[in-house]
Amino acid sequence: MTTQDKDIAVTVEGLTRTFGEFTAVDDISFRVKRGEVFGFLGPNGAGKSTTIRMLCGLLAPTAGVATVGGIDVMRDPDSVKANIGYMSQRFSLYEDLTVSQNIDFYGGVYGLEGERLKERRAWAVRMAGLVGKENELTGALSGGWKQRLALGCAILHEPPILFLDEPTGGVDPVSRRRFWDLIYDLSNGGTTVFVTTHYMDEAEHCNTIGFIYAGRLVALGSPTELKQGLSSMTTYEVKCARPLDAVDAFQELPWVKETSIFGHAFHVTVSSDPSAVGSIRDILMNDKNEVEAIEEILPSLEDVFIHLISEEDRRKAKAA
Amino acid sequence: MNLAPIVRKEFRQISRDRRALGILVFLPGLLLVLVGYALNFDVKNLSVAVVDEDRSPESRHFVQSLTGSEYLVHKWSLDDRSGIDRLLEEGEAQVALVIPRGFAHAMIEGKSIQVQVIVDGANANTAAIAAGYVALGIQDYSSRVLAQWLERHGAHILVPIDIRPRLLFNPELKTAKYLVPGLFGLILMLSTVISTSLSVVREKELGTMEQLKTSPLKAYEIIIGKAVPYLGIALLAATLILVLGWLMFDVSVRGSLLVLYVAIFIFLLAGLGQGLVISSVAKNQQIAFFISVFSSLLPAFLLSGFVFPLSSMPMILQVIANILPTKYFLVIVRAVILKGVGIGPVWDQFLALSLFSAFAIGLSSIRLHRELSS
Repeated sequence: MTTQDKDIAVTVEGLTRTFGEFTAVDDISFRVKRGEVFGFLGPNGAGKSTTIRMLCGLLAPTAGVATVGGIDVMRDPDSVKANIGYMSQRFSLYEDLTVSQNIDFYGGVYGLEGERLKERRAWAVRMAGLVGKENELTGALSGGWKQRLALGCAILHEPPILFLDEPTGGVDPVSRRRFWDLIYDLSNGGTTVFVTTHYMDEAEHCNTIGFIYAGRLVALGSPTELKQGLSSMTTYEVKCARPLDAVDAFQELPWVKETSIFGHAFHVTVSSDPSAVGSIRDILMNDKNEVEAIEEILPSLEDVFIHLISEEDRRKAKAA
Repeated sequence: MNLAPIVRKEFRQISRDRRALGILVFLPGLLLVLVGYALNFDVKNLSVAVVDEDRSPESRHFVQSLTGSEYLVHKWSLDDRSGIDRLLEEGEAQVALVIPRGFAHAMIEGKSIQVQVIVDGANANTAAIAAGYVALGIQDYSSRVLAQWLERHGAHILVPIDIRPRLLFNPELKTAKYLVPGLFGLILMLSTVISTSLSVVREKELGTMEQLKTSPLKAYEIIIGKAVPYLGIALLAATLILVLGWLMFDVSVRGSLLVLYVAIFIFLLAGLGQGLVISSVAKNQQIAFFISVFSSLLPAFLLSGFVFPLSSMPMILQVIANILPTKYFLVIVRAVILKGVGIGPVWDQFLALSLFSAFAIGLSSIRLHRELSS
C-alpha cells in the first residue's frame, strides 16, 4: 500500500450496475479521501442508492471495481461490512424495543460486549441526547431522536467509514442542523463520511461533492470548485415585481444560459459580459416589470446543478 | 456463530407483541377448547317416536329392549302415523318406529313381520349411525325371538356368529380422544408458519433487514437466530396442548414422550421452513399472513386426516395430502398418544415427515440466503 492509498478511503472505478435494460449506474469513477465528508448528490432515481448499496456490499456491481477501506467489495463483502457503518433514511430501529435494547442489539450484532458495550452504550445515549430516556420505547421518540439514535447504533463499533443514505429525510430543520454537527464531529475525529442527500444546503457542508444524474457522474469537486467551474458565466440575482413573468421572458433569449426562481427574486446566468446588467434592466423595463435590484452573485450549488443537468440533457439529445 | 443478539431481540419483541403472543400461546388453547368440545361426532340420546299399532306386551317389550341404551331414547308415543312427519321436520325426533298390528301374533307364531323405521337423513353422518343402532338392536331382538321359538319347539341352536367387538385404544369412542392428538398438527403448523413468516417480513417492511444485511452477521446466523425462539415457543405450546388435553379431555400419552417430542420437533422444522419460504415471497405482512393461513390451516384441517378420513377422498386430494407433512405427523401422534407405540411401527411416517422438513428447510435456506446476501 502506498502512502497515497492510505489517504484514500473509497475508490470507485468504472462502476456500473444494470437492471435488465436499465442502467442505474453508468461507468462512474471517483475517490473519497480519508476523513472527509463526501456528498453524493443527485435527483431521485439518479443512482445514488444503487451506488451506496454496491459500496456496502449489498449489491454486486455489473462492471467496474470498488474498494472500501482498501478492501474490494466484490471479492470480500464480509470484511467490508465489518469496517463500515450504514444508516438509511428509514432509520432501521426496532420501534417495539427500548432505546437501550436497540443499542444492545446492534452492539451484539457488531460483536461488542462487556465493558466496551457499556461504554459505547453510554456514549450513544449521550450523543443522541437520550439520557434519562434509555428505557423508553423507540417508537415513541420523535423523528430527530430516532435519527440520532439510528446514527449512534450505526457507529457503535466505531467504523472508519460511514455511509449515510439520505439520513435527514423527514426530519425538522433544527434536528437536521444538529445531525450535521454530529457528522462534522465524526469527520474531525477521522471518520470518513459518505452521505447522499438532495438538500442543497447540506451539500454546501461537504468537503467534496459528486453529482450523479441519470446514472452518470456529471461533476466532482469541492462546492467552491464547482461554483468556479461556471466562471465563464455570471449569475445575477434580480429582484423585480413579477419574477415569474421575467423568467418566461428571459428563458428564450440566446445569451441566457439558465434561469431559476428564488422566492421573490430570480437568478439568471449569462455569458460573462459587462453589458449584461444593462440588457437585463432594459428588457424588464420594456415589460413594465419594475426592477428593485440586480446583483452579481456567486452561483449557488443549485444554479450549478441546474446548469449541469441541462448540459447533460443537451449532450444526450445531440448523441441521440 | 453469533446468534445471541438476534435470539435475545426476538424474545424481547415477542414478549411485547400481543399479537404474536396470541398466535403462539392463546390460539392453541382456544382452538383446543373450541374444537375439543364443539367438534363432537358422538351420536347419543337420539329421540325416538314410536307408533305402536299393536299395543301388546310383546310390542312394548320390543320397544323397551331397543331404546334401553344411552343412544336411543323413547321420547314420543303416537297414536297414528300422521304425527311422525311433524316431529321429524321440527327435529323433535330423529328416529320413528312403526310397529304394525299383528306384531305379537307374528312373534308367537314364528312368522315374519315388517317394522318400519324412519330416520332423519338431513345429517348423513348422524343418520347412518342412527340407522346402524336401530338395525343392530332389531337384529339382536330378532335372533333372540328366533332362539326362543326354536327352543319352544324342542330345537337347540346357537347363534352362528356372535359379534362382540372389542374397541382398542379409544374404547368409549370419544371424539375428543381422536381429535385432541389431531389438533396438534393443526395448531403447531398454524402458529409456527404464521409467526415465522411475519417476523421476517416485518423486518423487510421496516428496513431493519437491510440494516442487518450491511452488518457482519451471516445470512444463516440471521435465519437460525430468528428460528430458535419460535421453535422454543412452539415446543411450549405443544406442551400446553398436551397438558390441557389431559386435564380437559382425559387424553394421556400412552407411548414415549421422547418419541412424541422428536416427532413434534421435526414437524416444527417443516412449519418453520414453510414460514421462511413464504417470507421470501411475500412483500408485506398482510400477504404473508394470508399465504400462511391458507397454506397451513386448510391443508392441515382438510387434507391431514384430522377430521375427514383421507381414504374416502378423490385420488388427486390423496396425492396432495401425501406430499404434505401434517398427515404423517398425525399418524405418528395418534399412534404414540392413543396406541402407545414406539418408533418401530411408524418409522416410515417419520421418514416421510423428515423428508418434507429437510426439503422445506433446504428450500427456505437457499431462498433466504440468496435474498440476504444480494
